[in-house]
Amino acid sequence: MDTENCFHCGNEISKKDEIFFDEKSFCCNGCKTVYEIFSQNDLTCYYDFQAAPGATPQDIQGKYDFLDNEDIVTKLLEFQEDTTHIVSLYIPHIHCSSCIWILENLQKLQSGIVTSQVNFPEKKVRVTFQPEQTSLKKIVELLSSIGYEPYISLENFDNGKKDIDRSLIYKIGVAFFCFGNIMLLSFPEYFEVEEYWINEYRGFFRWLIFGISLPSFFYSASGYYVSAYKSVKSGLLNIDIPIALGIVVMFVRSTVDIVFDYGQGFFDSMTGLIFFMLLGKLFQQKTYAFLSFERDYKSYFPIAITKVLADGSETSVQVYDIQKGDRLLIRNQELIPVDGILISENAYIDYSFVTGEAVAIEKKSGDKIFAGGKQMGKIIEMEVLFSVSQSYLTQLWSNDVFQKKVEVKHKTVTDKISRYFTPALLGLAFFSFLYWIFIDTNTAFNVFTAILIVACPCALALTAPFTLGNVLRILGKRKFYLKNATVIEQLAQVDTLVFDKTGTITTNKKTAITYEGIPLNEHELKLLNNALRGSNHPLSRRLYDFIPAQKKINPTHFEEIIGKGIFAEIEGNTIKLGSSQFLKTMTENTHKKTKVHVEINGVYKGSYVFNNQYREGLEQLFFQLAKKYDLVILSGDNDGERKILEKMLPESTILVFNQRPEEKLHYIEKLQNQGKNVMMIGDGLNDSGALAQSNIGISISENVNVFSPACDGILDASQFSKIGFFMRYSKNAMKTIYMSFALSLAYNVVGLSFAVTGNLSPLVAAIIMPLSTITIVSFVTIMTNIYARTDRSRPVP
Amino acid sequence: MSVIYILITISIIVAVFFLYAFIKAVRSGQYDDDYTPSVRILFDDEIKKPNKNQIKTIEEKQV
Repeated sequence: MDTENCFHCGNEISKKDEIFFDEKSFCCNGCKTVYEIFSQNDLTCYYDFQAAPGATPQDIQGKYDFLDNEDIVTKLLEFQEDTTHIVSLYIPHIHCSSCIWILENLQKLQSGIVTSQVNFPEKKVRVTFQPEQTSLKKIVELLSSIGYEPYISLENFDNGKKDIDRSLIYKIGVAFFCFGNIMLLSFPEYFEVEEYWINEYRGFFRWLIFGISLPSFFYSASGYYVSAYKSVKSGLLNIDIPIALGIVVMFVRSTVDIVFDYGQGFFDSMTGLIFFMLLGKLFQQKTYAFLSFERDYKSYFPIAITKVLADGSETSVQVYDIQKGDRLLIRNQELIPVDGILISENAYIDYSFVTGEAVAIEKKSGDKIFAGGKQMGKIIEMEVLFSVSQSYLTQLWSNDVFQKKVEVKHKTVTDKISRYFTPALLGLAFFSFLYWIFIDTNTAFNVFTAILIVACPCALALTAPFTLGNVLRILGKRKFYLKNATVIEQLAQVDTLVFDKTGTITTNKKTAITYEGIPLNEHELKLLNNALRGSNHPLSRRLYDFIPAQKKINPTHFEEIIGKGIFAEIEGNTIKLGSSQFLKTMTENTHKKTKVHVEINGVYKGSYVFNNQYREGLEQLFFQLAKKYDLVILSGDNDGERKILEKMLPESTILVFNQRPEEKLHYIEKLQNQGKNVMMIGDGLNDSGALAQSNIGISISENVNVFSPACDGILDASQFSKIGFFMRYSKNAMKTIYMSFALSLAYNVVGLSFAVTGNLSPLVAAIIMPLSTITIVSFVTIMTNIYARTDRSRPVP
Repeated sequence: MSVIYILITISIIVAVFFLYAFIKAVRSGQYDDDYTPSVRILFDDEIKKPNKNQIKTIEEKQV
């Protein structure tokens, strides 16, 4: 039994909070309660599958009262009938097999639940329950009480069920059916060309093959025709044009062949090509079902909020139904959904969500408070000024600038190559045809079709999907989740990296406070605590929270000197707190740290140090990146940390402070107008505009399951120092693609020269075709894995 | 030799049947989550011991 860590959640236990129960130690009462619930219901198997799988339950008092509202519940339910209700809940904490086990045994914890089923990749649980015996609210409260709090947001509310697109799978199924059967039916002609037996049944086989190829040609390959048509229409030449052209030419040519009895055609190659190309598409389509890359404010907002009626009673209303003049109650940790005026005496509002600045701001009665802030502390009451859609945050979001999708659409490497490839190919085919038509019409048609078929960019179309698909998977294993494969190509082209400051290069965790100097005893702590209570300075508030709660004593004298410190007298003791100048005892004056010095009864005791925590490996990362990239730090904060950052980071780093969300966006735009490829790395909503504008927006997150703004990729914060490796790896991936292009080109040249001289028998062609595909696919897979491994063996700088 | 017509027809019918079965299986959604069932099958059936706790709770309720 490990006494260091909590039996339930695995967190470290601080000695004074340790709770012993049933010979096990827990870090807090919450964890112990969950254990009690499980052991009473005979569910302790929960701890057998995985050590310390749980999460500490959060206080949810009153948070889900809105689930009493029938309308809201109806919208959340997936299926509703008199005796059966079904609901799907998203639970971010689902992470191991213990989670699956406990969530699928919910019926033992609450009667009325019929079954519950977990979808692990999507982190969802689907609960079937009987409404007479239980209710959605009870279920949600039960889940929260055992540490599996579901996440219910405005987003769930708006778009009920999503349809899953499975059409690619169907297409692959059909393509494989056609491919397999055609291959089988083609064998007789590969081997015995001039026997009686084959001559007898040749027609039957050929027409059968023709018939089987139709579903593949018309259904499975349909995506390529649509894409080719669209690209011709918009005047862009993409890779789908030669592919579609190749398929159509193969089909027409083969049909002509069998109609006039010239030969058996190329239906085997055609269906094989379609099958492999669709397979490549599937490979590339790797998605992270549990992550969402397209979030807007809706996924952050609560569904309902408590409204105070004129007669003083409380009721919950949907966020969209909030009207001007309504009075709302905002609980601790709740998000303010609309702009309004504070009615309660005071409030501490954390706007980190909007501005990135983590220090809570104090508001007094009558102050205006904006949507997007989070109330810290006791319940406050506010009066609504604007409805949801008119509030500052939502307006900001609906702002055109923020909505603007980058119009300069990224051209993928295959698109770029096909821009030259397609006209060159068509030109070559056309001119050879013109040349031959004066000599021999028959040969002319043969050459024309042969060029189009052999040069069909099968390898071109296959290498990129397979390489990038594999890279996507490898990066995902290293907790760097990209939205899709094109992001990798863009990553390789980036030349400027823009970082947000708060939450990105610093950690989001509460600023650590440490004490330096002569240790303070209980009595001194009590004095200090009471002196701090009266102060509203942000540092005082943080220090006040940091010092354990003490008995309340009112100071006999209290004075706050703005910008310097506090002077207080309590029970005859004098306390001085503040900057070094204020205390006049200090000599040292470093810029690196924010300090609050303490003096009691004229004796200097020491200082509390507020460490602004930069992420580990930040300096090395920046020095490493500075060699190849332009680096910018774009911060919404004031320039208080400029000196520290200048000292710490390479000289070439540009530091920009006091940037509002729109300004950040414009800054990125300016860089792009200078011809830069910009990658933005940020975290909060305040970066969302910049993330959307930049060529690649990467959102950094302490916990990838919770919510990040819309972006192209999500990076787990623990991997921050590896950004350099990821950049290098994306470049290597592109190198691999070019190498395999060269390889497939060699294949094509060899194959073409044989075909032209008439030395390529159908059997050899049928073997070489899949063989070339296999070599290329395995080549790119092996190369990407090798690149990933070489970088792992190198110690992360 | 015309038995070849019958044989090939049968083989195609079998293949079409499998294609149909595949599409039907995909449509039913059973491939949407390919991870959870693999874990679920490893959970042991719990041994239903005549459990003290349960009896106790019933007694408590009666009191």
